[in-house]
Amino acid sequence: MRAYHISVLAVAVVGMTALGVRGVPPAPPAGGTISGKVTYTGTPPKMKPIDMAKEPFCARLHAGAPVMTENAVTGPGNALRWVLVYVSAGDRGSAPATQPVRLDQKGCQYIPHVLVLQPDQPLEIYNDDSTSHNIHPLAKVNPEWNKSQPIGAPPIQTKWEKPELIPVKCNVHPWMHGWHAVIATSHYAVSGEDGAFSLQGLPPGKYTVTAWHEQFGTQSEDVTITGNETKAVNFVFKATPY
Amino acid sequence: MGKLFAVVVAIITVVSTAIFLTHTWWLPVDISAHGHAIDHQLSETMVSSGVLFVLSQLALALFVWRFGDRKDGRPIKTFPGGVTPMVVLAAVLVGAEILALTFVGAKVWAGVYQTPPDPNALQIDVQAEQFAFYFRYAGADGKFGATHPELINEASENYFGLDPAHDTTARDDIVVPSLVIPVNRPILLMLRAKDVNHAFYVPELRIQQDFVPGLVIPLHFTATQTGKHEIVCTQLCGLGHYNMRAYVEVMPEEQFEQWLKDKASQQ
Amino acid sequence: MDRPADQPRVAEHAPPQGFLRTHVFSLDHKVIGKQYLDLALVAVCTGMLLSWLMRVHLAWPEAPIPGLGKLAPTGAAGGVITPEYYLSLMTMHGTIMVFFVLTTAPFAGFGNYFLPIQVGAEDMAFPRINMTSFWVTLVAFLVLISAFFVGDGPPLSGWTAYAPLSAVGKDAGPGQAVGQTLWAVSITLFCVAQLLGALNFITTTLDLRTKGMSLARMPYSTWAWFITSVIGLIAFAVLMPACILLILDRVAGTSFFIPAGLVISDRLQPHAGGSPLLWQHLFWFFGHPEVYIAILPGFGIISHILPVFARKPLLGPRVMIGCLVAIAFLSYTVWGHHMFLSGMNPFSATLFSVPTLIITIPATIVTLLWIGTIYGAKLRFTTPALFCLGFVSVFVSGGISGFFLAQPSIDVYLHGTYFVVAHFHFVMGVAAMFGIFAGTYFWAPKMFGRMMNETLGKWHFWLTFIGVYCVFMPMHYLGLAGNIRRYSAFTDDYLKPLIPLHRFITIAALFTGAAQLIFLYNLIRSRLVGPKAPDNPWQATTLEWSTTSPPPFDNFAGHPPVVSRGPDEYGGTGPAGDYVMQASAP
Repeated sequence: MRAYHISVLAVAVVGMTALGVRGVPPAPPAGGTISGKVTYTGTPPKMKPIDMAKEPFCARLHAGAPVMTENAVTGPGNALRWVLVYVSAGDRGSAPATQPVRLDQKGCQYIPHVLVLQPDQPLEIYNDDSTSHNIHPLAKVNPEWNKSQPIGAPPIQTKWEKPELIPVKCNVHPWMHGWHAVIATSHYAVSGEDGAFSLQGLPPGKYTVTAWHEQFGTQSEDVTITGNETKAVNFVFKATPY
Repeated sequence: MGKLFAVVVAIITVVSTAIFLTHTWWLPVDISAHGHAIDHQLSETMVSSGVLFVLSQLALALFVWRFGDRKDGRPIKTFPGGVTPMVVLAAVLVGAEILALTFVGAKVWAGVYQTPPDPNALQIDVQAEQFAFYFRYAGADGKFGATHPELINEASENYFGLDPAHDTTARDDIVVPSLVIPVNRPILLMLRAKDVNHAFYVPELRIQQDFVPGLVIPLHFTATQTGKHEIVCTQLCGLGHYNMRAYVEVMPEEQFEQWLKDKASQQ
Repeated sequence: MDRPADQPRVAEHAPPQGFLRTHVFSLDHKVIGKQYLDLALVAVCTGMLLSWLMRVHLAWPEAPIPGLGKLAPTGAAGGVITPEYYLSLMTMHGTIMVFFVLTTAPFAGFGNYFLPIQVGAEDMAFPRINMTSFWVTLVAFLVLISAFFVGDGPPLSGWTAYAPLSAVGKDAGPGQAVGQTLWAVSITLFCVAQLLGALNFITTTLDLRTKGMSLARMPYSTWAWFITSVIGLIAFAVLMPACILLILDRVAGTSFFIPAGLVISDRLQPHAGGSPLLWQHLFWFFGHPEVYIAILPGFGIISHILPVFARKPLLGPRVMIGCLVAIAFLSYTVWGHHMFLSGMNPFSATLFSVPTLIITIPATIVTLLWIGTIYGAKLRFTTPALFCLGFVSVFVSGGISGFFLAQPSIDVYLHGTYFVVAHFHFVMGVAAMFGIFAGTYFWAPKMFGRMMNETLGKWHFWLTFIGVYCVFMPMHYLGLAGNIRRYSAFTDDYLKPLIPLHRFITIAALFTGAAQLIFLYNLIRSRLVGPKAPDNPWQATTLEWSTTSPPPFDNFAGHPPVVSRGPDEYGGTGPAGDYVMQASAP
């Protein structure tokens, strides 16, 4: 009888906790915002169409519009996409992230190309294709691993323990490249097609904001936030064609 | 029990030979200039060794049938004529077969692997890597850029490690993941491996050759029919070995030139 | 012990005291022989289980295999075998079968038990070295198996471990880190054990034969073990240093097998100056003779057993020995036929092709001698006899395909296909296994003092005989159709129509594998509670049948036999029937 009560209690507690996590939408971020745009000067490498002839399943998926290389994705107005912008100094303790982040292998591409997550945040990797994939993060600080995910295999559940910018490749499909950006802050953004980014909910303080592009390197700016203000910071990368 | 054994061996022999003879599963169509000689050698071997196979199995079956569980009380017999004629006959027959196969076969082999390529052959560079093939055409200048392994970067599609920033001959090199070739023109492939052993195999072209890291291995052939076929890797190269493939597309000469122009304009 | 002064003497050791010295760390060649056979039994069960997993995966690649997800959470998450785990299974299957079954059972196992008895010796020449070789073999096996339990899993570069895939370490794929090193260490240890064993076999055969046991009177099985040990002494002496060089490349930064400029997993490898072909030459210089190490004891066992059940001497005994010697000699001249397409100079292909084809002459003659022995015989269909006849059939089937692969002009098409898989499974897998089965049914009464069940034995034979043909004959057809081997799944368009044939093979393999449970049951049950075996249940003539079943500690209870006859005097009239024992008075 007592055991029954305890288990009912346990179920209730677990249920309420779950509701607490999932049921209530996150509060709108209070505090300052840093936003801006990432652009380039110079001549970036051409985006090239990827010929997936080797993998007929994926070649069919992209028969109409070929996927382009993603190492330097540019947009109108010299916008630079896939730039990670984050608070590299000044963050006084972001809460550990518990929501799982999801990496998809879809149409023989990593989606998203740059995946940002925090140390110990659960990472779930899905194979959405009717072909086997292989995930090989070339980690140096964290333990490197190399695993295949055949059709019908369950999602890979994993995590990264230490901050690191990890290149990820698929050994089976040489054109599949992506990044796992493991950073110890919850204040980050990845520039979109228009090069725009926005870091929100920053408490007052002095921050270093860093922008990182896989081919063009790193830039940093110091920014001070005093209240509920929006500060503009722009990054300009110098691009070379080769 | 002896009769059962004889019957089972006979059935196995007949059924497996019949499947060979009817070509239920057989080689795909041959689209190469040299392939017919290989197919012919294969058929010759199939016939001579097939006869040996059937005769041996049936002799075994027959003797086991005849001399199993003998209750006739007669003493054992030795093989007619004893061992010497049998050994001599076997040595002569098999020896003659070996000689015949070697003389013809060595010529076939030499015709494919020991002859220099046609001086006008179209040269294409092939790089095998875990787990794909990439093909490089010299481009407008007719020259291949030098390769630098340290510059290889798959994310930017620099599969060969070219250095276009400093090496002008490399800028117009055409790199594609499919082998496109003109029909009836001698082709010379230069095989390089980026990482481990691989192999180039096109069943329809009747050609197979390993890639060896550290070596550049020439391989030449001429395709005689247009069409699209698979190139597969046959040397164990790692986890994606089963998925290491590319396509060879054989085109009429004009279509090939057009294709080459289109690709050159994309560089 | 009283014995004639001119009897050869082994390094004497008294009967052991205590369980440990009698059954575990025994110096007795009979115990060591049984230990080898038991190790091979464990190994063959493991190896076959791996082949089942591979076959199921090939036929139904997306189907989860129940329970496998728990056993191999990395290699087969959710029970679905990953491509790398398939290659690991393949590598481990090949390595276990070739080294720990086909070398261990017919050569080290039966050879250890019966070679000394058949020459009338009390024991091997060097009992301590003999014990050492078994325990080193066991350690080698455990080291190999431990690769299943290391982080990245077992190695995936095949039993041939081609460099640089096997030499560069973890960048080359899962299992290529610790797993591949364990593989190389295991094989190095195995070579040490085999070298010690071969020395022992050679010395025992040459020095410890009893009075009257001239070379011409030695049983064919003894001849085969003797010749095999000579092959092994040269072959393993090459593989061992090759493996040590491989280990150095992997752990000490040397570059014996790794050239400069390799980029693996996006990393420029820190090596320069090595040659991948060097590994292939060293490996196949061992690897081809290894085929004969696996099959020659089978030749000997069949030549030994067939006359017993044919009740007739072997046809052409001297020709048989001559052929075995010729095959052993030629086996060292043909290794390049594994490398026709390897990038080796194409001019050398013909050089390697000719001796390969020449080997078919002694091989054909040997086969004809067996078939000719059956002519005019009085065949008795016991289980060992059936396996002998089955051996002849599968050996012919496997040998024939050698005609194709020995020719570089045909190897061009067939080299990477299932035709090769069919060839070597028939000729060195199935044929050698039939030799092992024949030997087991034939000698079990002597080794365990108990008879095996004949009915179960015959069921085992028929299911296995038909089964292996269903499994391996279709692989020839796959090969002709261009089906690539070592693929974990058939995703190429032209391979898809062949999948039904693969499913047929898989079902046949599952049935044939299950039929081996009959053997396992028969073996274990007979060993424990089978009917007591008489000293000479088969009315055979060689020395092992002159002693008790099982033999006493020193084999002949202090009375070494004196031999005055050949090994197969059947069909005449003797004191006990149609045969005369080797140890009978002249």
